[in-house]
Amino acid sequence: MENREIKIALTGNPNVGKTTLFNALTGSKQHVGNWPGVTVEKKSGRVSYNGYDIEVIDLPGTYSLTAYSMDEIIARDFIIEEKPDIVIQVVDASNLERNLYLTTQLMELGSEILIVLNMCDIAEERGDRIYIDKMEELLATPVIKTVATRKKGICELLDKVIEEKEIEQYHGHEIGYGNEIEEKVLEIEKILSDDETRDKRYPLRWMSVRLLEGDTNVRRKIAGSPVYDRVTEILDSIDQDEYEAEIADKRYLAINTIFPQMCTRANDTLTKSDMIDRVLTNKYLGIPIFLALMWGAFELTFAFATPFMDMIDLSASWVSEYVSSSLEPSWLASLVGDGIIGGVGAVLVFVPNIFILFFLLSLLEGSGYLARAAFIMDKLMYKIGMHGKSFIPMLMGFGCNVPAIMAARSIEDEKDRLITILIVPFVSCGARLPIYVLFAGTFFGRQAGTVIFAMYILGIVIAVISAKLLRATVVKGKPAPFIMELPPYRVPTMKTSLIHMWDNGFMYIKKAGTIILVGVIVIWALASFPWGVTYGSENSYVGSLGHAVEPFMKPLGFDWKISVALIFGLVAKEVVVASMGVLYGAGDNSEALSERIMADPGITALNSLSLMAFSLLYMPCVATVGVIKKETGSWKWTLFAIIYGIAVAWITAFVIYQGGSLLGY
Amino acid sequence: MTGNDFPDIHETTLDTLKPGEKAKITKVRVKGSARRKLFDMGMVAGSEIELVRNAPLGDPMDYRIKGYHLSIRKEEARQIFIHKL
Ligand SMILES: Nc1nc2c(ncn2[C@@H]2O[C@H](COP(=O)(O)OP(=O)(O)OP(=O)(O)O)[C@@H](O)[C@H]2O)c(=O)[nH]1
Ligand SMILES: [Mg+2]
Repeated sequence: MENREIKIALTGNPNVGKTTLFNALTGSKQHVGNWPGVTVEKKSGRVSYNGYDIEVIDLPGTYSLTAYSMDEIIARDFIIEEKPDIVIQVVDASNLERNLYLTTQLMELGSEILIVLNMCDIAEERGDRIYIDKMEELLATPVIKTVATRKKGICELLDKVIEEKEIEQYHGHEIGYGNEIEEKVLEIEKILSDDETRDKRYPLRWMSVRLLEGDTNVRRKIAGSPVYDRVTEILDSIDQDEYEAEIADKRYLAINTIFPQMCTRANDTLTKSDMIDRVLTNKYLGIPIFLALMWGAFELTFAFATPFMDMIDLSASWVSEYVSSSLEPSWLASLVGDGIIGGVGAVLVFVPNIFILFFLLSLLEGSGYLARAAFIMDKLMYKIGMHGKSFIPMLMGFGCNVPAIMAARSIEDEKDRLITILIVPFVSCGARLPIYVLFAGTFFGRQAGTVIFAMYILGIVIAVISAKLLRATVVKGKPAPFIMELPPYRVPTMKTSLIHMWDNGFMYIKKAGTIILVGVIVIWALASFPWGVTYGSENSYVGSLGHAVEPFMKPLGFDWKISVALIFGLVAKEVVVASMGVLYGAGDNSEALSERIMADPGITALNSLSLMAFSLLYMPCVATVGVIKKETGSWKWTLFAIIYGIAVAWITAFVIYQGGSLLGY
Repeated sequence: MTGNDFPDIHETTLDTLKPGEKAKITKVRVKGSARRKLFDMGMVAGSEIELVRNAPLGDPMDYRIKGYHLSIRKEEARQIFIHKL
């Protein structure tokens, strides 16, 4: 027998546990975090249950059906245009009142809805009482209790979904907006219905209310309609601000009348979260604690990783020694020894750092501190022409710039978002870490930590200056208002953090085995040919390539080998280190890469400093360029990001190198 | 201003609230797209609101409304009218 299909969509306010529920339903491992705006694109998954094939779609969170930001628009358009069989609104039981606001709007839309009352554990712990029967009766929709983090209520939910699908009856209430508004609603409904060509997916009443509220998105949708002028006439005759307020008032009024009947809230006692906030966002302690946390995360990334790195280093040199002495013919030994182990190995050494980095970032995300960081920094961000919310993508950028740029979708204002996208690439991601560790470690000994930290700061300083510059020139205007929910602190679930760490860390390993491996082989080949040249010498292809760009790089203190490494580093920043591994692979394999670099008179401490700064700032990696194109939808801005990055990198490296030389370093 | 507005000596703006003080919102005069966003977040006339604290740098503010924490800047708070409780 064929399985029957059901399509359900998970919607609801941000941070209510939609993705957690989605993961519990479908067994996926989508990203979960304790701040509003984690999910920014729709994700789909499947579950087979009792002879049904259920497709589940996880959507970005949204506070209302008036979409402001890109992620909210995705959520809204999906519900309206794709018409899933059942719209499941995930509701935060500990924050019921505001969550019901979206419910009132979904009902107007006429979707088949089912309410999932998630986070029941928190509501219960606080002492709230929610009367499910009453709630079902008042809202005229089924309500299912869940605790998504503990997978409680999942089967009940699936049973209910199937049951609802079978009876296919429409639930829902309509809210009355008072005589004056209702009259207008009717008037507009009538006009709209005259247009036979209209999009029938949108209920007339819903459209009318939206138009009266001044929803520009809906207005655009009817812009081509023959009745558009008649509608505009009515809309122009009313005080839209007043209508907007009135309609929202009425919705909350409706909620206020039913809310006390279905829920008795415990008295507002000081929660644990409030107490934590007293310290973490304290007037005097807030900023020092923030800085201490950042510094601590930085230190931990290195401190914890060192023993593991030594182990990897040791086994890599052991393998490489074994290979070079036992592989025949000698070119193969060179490919494997110099090329693959030298290059890929140089990158793999940093796997422990990357794992720890992502683990710490996910603790930051899971705890709820990320939203506080935005709260604490908004004022400073505003001063540099950015929005406080941009701080979240920036912090995520320390892991990887690609998801960070995607995260900018939750920023409402298009200009704020554009600036964020353009400056995130200056935030030093995990892939740049190997470059610093290699060179700072080689040339700065005990000061290495300070030098690396300085690179992170340099990235931020450049980001800040760039934001200011952009605001003053091409992206004029002021940052949009800051309106953000501060979620309660939660203990990050170990499982989520480990998954996050593993997924991202594994991506790094995968990159080493694919794109970096290919890069390494190409460089090795270029270094070995034309036939007969000494491996990696100036006469090889790689030498010619290096010499070709040397005039451009010379003022920055880069010789041809570094130039080659930087060219290949365009693909992914780790390749800079991998190329150095390949190019310095010749000779005695027992020596570590850093010793061989040290032995090269062409690289001094000053060169390496300039190199680190250049690698940090110059063109974002290919993946980042791709996502900039995707998110801005414009080649112009993508090209701008590339050229601007190269220019900034060049100038910075020039200043460092020439300045340093003048000072006699 | 609409016709039925009369001067009210008890009416002040949200930015004058001190930490721990509660108030009832009377009118939201914020303009632009932030206006509806605030409505969506529960900042409608009649809602009870409490200032929990200012951010360490003084701005934005952390308010408690409808049982959750909402942060907005002083600039918007200045355009929201309240009755202190
Ligand atoms: N205590 C408790 N925490 C939960 C529950 N469900 C989810 N959480 C936590 O709530 C936070 C938000 O979860 P997500 O699944 O990312 O929320 P979301 O609705 O997908 O959020 P956005 O994608 O930002 O809209 C995470 O920290 C979860 O661990 C629950 O039932 N109980
Ligand atoms: Mg999500």
